[in-house]
Amino acid sequence: MTAAYVPDANAADSSFVVELTAFSGPLDLLLSLIREEQVDIYDIPIARICEQFVARIRTLGLNEAAEYLEMAARLLRIKAQMLLPRSEMDAWEDPRAELVRRLLEYQQMREVVDVLERRGEERRNQFARAYLPQAPVPAAAPLALSLSELLGAVDRVLRATREPNMHEIIPRAIDIPGAILIIRSVLELKARILWTDIVKHGAEPWQILSTLLGLLELAKLGELRVVQPKPFANVEISRDAASEAA
Amino acid sequence: MTPLAKLLEAALFASARPIATDELATLEPEASRAELQAALDEIREHYDVEGHGVELTELAGGWQILTRAEYTEAIERAQLAARPARLSGAALETLAIIAYRQPISRAEIEEIRGVAVGGMLKSLHERALIDVVGRAEGLGRPLLYGTTPIFLEHFALRHLEELPRADELAIALRAPERPVLDAVAAADVSE
Repeated sequence: MTAAYVPDANAADSSFVVELTAFSGPLDLLLSLIREEQVDIYDIPIARICEQFVARIRTLGLNEAAEYLEMAARLLRIKAQMLLPRSEMDAWEDPRAELVRRLLEYQQMREVVDVLERRGEERRNQFARAYLPQAPVPAAAPLALSLSELLGAVDRVLRATREPNMHEIIPRAIDIPGAILIIRSVLELKARILWTDIVKHGAEPWQILSTLLGLLELAKLGELRVVQPKPFANVEISRDAASEAA
Repeated sequence: MTPLAKLLEAALFASARPIATDELATLEPEASRAELQAALDEIREHYDVEGHGVELTELAGGWQILTRAEYTEAIERAQLAARPARLSGAALETLAIIAYRQPISRAEIEEIRGVAVGGMLKSLHERALIDVVGRAEGLGRPLLYGTTPIFLEHFALRHLEELPRADELAIALRAPERPVLDAVAAADVSE
């Protein structure tokens, strides 16, 4: 960076912000110069415009001016190319052609900006209803359950067990290892089973309990996954894919 | 008003975002498209003819009830609602380029604007006005950007085709290298 581009501290401070908001880029500045000078965009007097361009960007801060400096360099290069002698015979390509194309493209885009600005301003002046749902996924609803459904569920559980015989005392402890063996062997045959597959209709309460505790133990060990899609639905048991792969 | 018009009015009132015609149709599966349109026309006429403070607007592929512009000042003065900040000229330039050339990469936008747009793309993306719609073939497989339904909402556009076509602009431009994706504009509002 040469000292020539460092703006005079006092002079620049006042114009700095103004310049930044006035132009959105080097092409914008170039277009406004072309408009100010009232020159033909297809026949830009490069030397004059280049001079003006460099004079303008001196008022800009250095950080922002990087892109403007690049444009200044480009203009100087075109200016040099224009000065080169050219023979009448050779097909001469106007070194300004690419710049003109970019300027036209930019100007067309500015037209669209005007449309967007107008439409955006119109919409800005209208309010919509302010309420926006908090989250797209609603939180789990409280358990909606009627008394009859609850009683029905209790009834199903009770009917699944045999009528307890009060006179017979079976001193059998809950057999978790046995239940685990059963669950493991069933899961070896099928990757996904239901609770009703491992607890047969009419099972004794101790069998149900053993199976439940065995199931929980295996789930804790990560050997299987237990899913109940909704309250009182049949429990789905599946091999844990992650631990299987391990 | 007909019962269908009342139902649609209630749904439109309840929603802060435009509701697509498809979504309105789910409110009354029995109703045909023509009936829905007639009901929407009925609501709009009702607002316009009877003179309501709100109007029914078609935008972003859907319908929305908006306050009339003449009451904006008063509402804002009473601090009941605030207009969103205006987008800067640089932001509008970037959006205009993306709207016309989508899907477009950062480098292509920078070539047209003549300035770096990395930070601008980030902030437009944060405001959900643009989104990444894919990756270009070729070196580095750069991200490609496109406009979102929020973009249409922000500028009260029904669809992208509502913007002037390139050949309608005062200065004709070289043809876009890629066709403008209608699919991006038509992406459902429900998302």
